[in-house]
Amino acid sequence: MTTAIVVVSHSAQLAQGLCEVAAQMAPDVLLRPAGGTDDGRIGTSFDKLLTAVGELTADGGDGVVVLTDLGSATMTAESVLEMVDDERVLLADAPLVEGTVAAAVAAQGGAGPEEVRRAAEEAALSFAAAQRSGPAEPARGGEVLERVLQLRNPLGLHARPAAQLARLVSGFDAHVEVDGVDGGSVLALLGLGLSGGATMTVRASGPQAEHALDAVAQVVDEGFGEA
Amino acid sequence: MDDTLDTSWVLRWAELAQHAVSENRIALMELDRAIGDGDHGDNLDRGFTAVSAKLADASPDSPTAALKLIATTLMSTVGGAAGPLYGTAFLRAATALGDGPVDAAGVAALLTGAVEGVTARGRAEAGDKTMVDALRPAAEAARAVAEEGGSARAALAAAADAAAAGAEATEPMVARKGRASYLGERSAGHRDPGAQSSALILRAAADAAAGGAGQ
Repeated sequence: MTTAIVVVSHSAQLAQGLCEVAAQMAPDVLLRPAGGTDDGRIGTSFDKLLTAVGELTADGGDGVVVLTDLGSATMTAESVLEMVDDERVLLADAPLVEGTVAAAVAAQGGAGPEEVRRAAEEAALSFAAAQRSGPAEPARGGEVLERVLQLRNPLGLHARPAAQLARLVSGFDAHVEVDGVDGGSVLALLGLGLSGGATMTVRASGPQAEHALDAVAQVVDEGFGEA
Repeated sequence: MDDTLDTSWVLRWAELAQHAVSENRIALMELDRAIGDGDHGDNLDRGFTAVSAKLADASPDSPTAALKLIATTLMSTVGGAAGPLYGTAFLRAATALGDGPVDAAGVAALLTGAVEGVTARGRAEAGDKTMVDALRPAAEAARAVAEEGGSARAALAAAADAAAAGAEATEPMVARKGRASYLGERSAGHRDPGAQSSALILRAAADAAAGGAGQ
């Protein structure tokens, strides 16, 4: 089981589309859209959200994190949380798209609801940080290994490979940076905007630095399984 | 005579609130069109019509149960911001009330719970040109009657008067919450539709209490 995510939006299409994007990066996470009113208009539905949360908690799930777009969607979500009164159900105060992607990746990595909520709420910060270019910060202590790799898949470091890479490096006891940003943050990686054929500098430190670099080099050389 | 109110009061209140909202549907929409998106009358009419049907089906056996049912029905049928706000108001009113018949202190507790719920949910304060500007003085008026040893009916009558005055007092205010706040200074000169509907609903509460007692 992983922490489930509900996306609440005034628009059914927006909620649905965002769940599709996030599912690309988090294939094992339950992502439920709750968009639009009951009769398909623009707005939010108390019942849709209540039903989604009820289903996701009914079988003793690991918890649910709810993300919302604007104003009354947030008020509706707060009302639903007040009604269900379940400590496993949390509301994240985060930008919807960045927050949902970050939450989904965190949930895919096995994070509990509180950690997933934190990932969502920090999404705006990490995304903004990735947009700033600058020298890589020196890793804390120890030797820093470096490799320059070339992206072989035509689309480069888009959403799915970025998520794959972030999950991969999170599995090692090592600090990994890609072009100066945190290699464990899918949003930071996406923010680099690296396209096919681009080169990237990967630095790693820590006990498993070498293994982490080998693993990264391998998936990059394999084009992340894309033609 | 028994000064307290029971479940039949809440049921009668819901019925009178539905009539009031329905009769004032157009007026509420016109208020909302001036400073909002114009759907407040329709939304509330739909909500309270659904409430009537729900109460008839479920026949709740306590004021708390009836208020809770009103809360959940409004949340799922009103939509927009008013759904969660009125839903939370009735939900917190139900929680604040406790068991048994309702006396003046109960009325004050119920209204205080409601206004605190709306304040928490909408993050509005007095003077922001919202429902709070009708509900807050209503709760205070009910509290004053309770402290003087007045009846539940008297507390509701005072609350309804205070809410009406509070709604009227929103006219010169500049909105600081909700869609009306986008208009800034131009929101002044219009009565807030949420404050107005709150006043109508509290008048219904007072009338429901007064009618049963033959005052």
